[in-house]
Amino acid sequence: MCTSIIEIVGAEGMAKREDNWFPLSHAVVAYDHARHALLDDVITLDFINTTLDSGARAGVELTLDTAKELRAALDRAIAAAEFEEAEVRGKGAVPTIVRAA
Amino acid sequence: MSFYRGMVCENVTIKGDKGTPITAYTATPSGAGPFPGVVLIHHLPGWDDYYMEMTRRFAHAGYIAISHNLYERSGPGTPDDVAAKVRAEGGVPDSQMVGDTEGAVQWVRARAGHNGKVGVIGTCSGGRHAYIYACQRKDVDACADLWGGRVVMGKEELNAKTPVAPIDMTKDLSCPLIGIFGNEDRAPSPEQVNQHEAELKKLGKNYEFHRYDGAGHGFFYWHRPAYRVDQCMDAWGKLFAFYGKHLAK
Repeated sequence: MCTSIIEIVGAEGMAKREDNWFPLSHAVVAYDHARHALLDDVITLDFINTTLDSGARAGVELTLDTAKELRAALDRAIAAAEFEEAEVRGKGAVPTIVRAA
Repeated sequence: MSFYRGMVCENVTIKGDKGTPITAYTATPSGAGPFPGVVLIHHLPGWDDYYMEMTRRFAHAGYIAISHNLYERSGPGTPDDVAAKVRAEGGVPDSQMVGDTEGAVQWVRARAGHNGKVGVIGTCSGGRHAYIYACQRKDVDACADLWGGRVVMGKEELNAKTPVAPIDMTKDLSCPLIGIFGNEDRAPSPEQVNQHEAELKKLGKNYEFHRYDGAGHGFFYWHRPAYRVDQCMDAWGKLFAFYGKHLAK
């Protein structure tokens, strides 16, 4: 495929390349033919800084099923994190409530 | 067809869009010529090894071949990192691609031993770009679109970098066209290929389309699971026959 399926969002955080970490400017999600994975079409995730050299990139190519599982895992982790933020450190939270894993 | 095992391969700097210097990889067959020329427009994965090989393949077959780096402005790096950066930047503008490709065509035309004919070819996004170039300029003699996606575009896909759908440029197509497609591809889908063909037919353009069963997108790429040897070799034969017909002098 040669698709126009691409989502670009601003990103705040850091990613690792070799032994170094670099600050992010964008995260890019695309669905197109794989460059490296021995698969036809893949979800590509790029964590990138467009203001740095082109090597400032952490990229992965995932099957659609893996991407769905990752999305579900992200959803679960984000929900738990938001609960944590609201219940433990959020404004008005009761300090005695602590969730343990 | 004659073969040229001897060739000179080198990087050159050409004038890209608005005079910006860009790098191009060239392969010139050894011999007196005269040789036709081919301009190769690289695909979305970038100015990569596959395009260097394809450039040499054309030289081996007796063409002065050049493949220019459309992603030069995004800096040096490995092809896929540079391509990822370009993707994060929203791609390259079609108009810039036309200016860059014009520089490559001019480089070919200035070569000693050139026979005066130039073909343009691209795969994937390069196929789309080759078609756009052949519609917007009148200095190429044959165009090859290999599974170029987004020739047919919805209005919602148009933006500042890609303001016009290539199919809507068809009336200005200035040279014969060969199209090579896999019927299992979804971008372009067989329906989009049919739509493109209907437009070419309606406007009385000189074209030939070849559709392959059992093949999808990128079926020439020997290093990918998409490779289909039978369909690929047949299509190479059709491609060289097409260029032989339109680029000989």
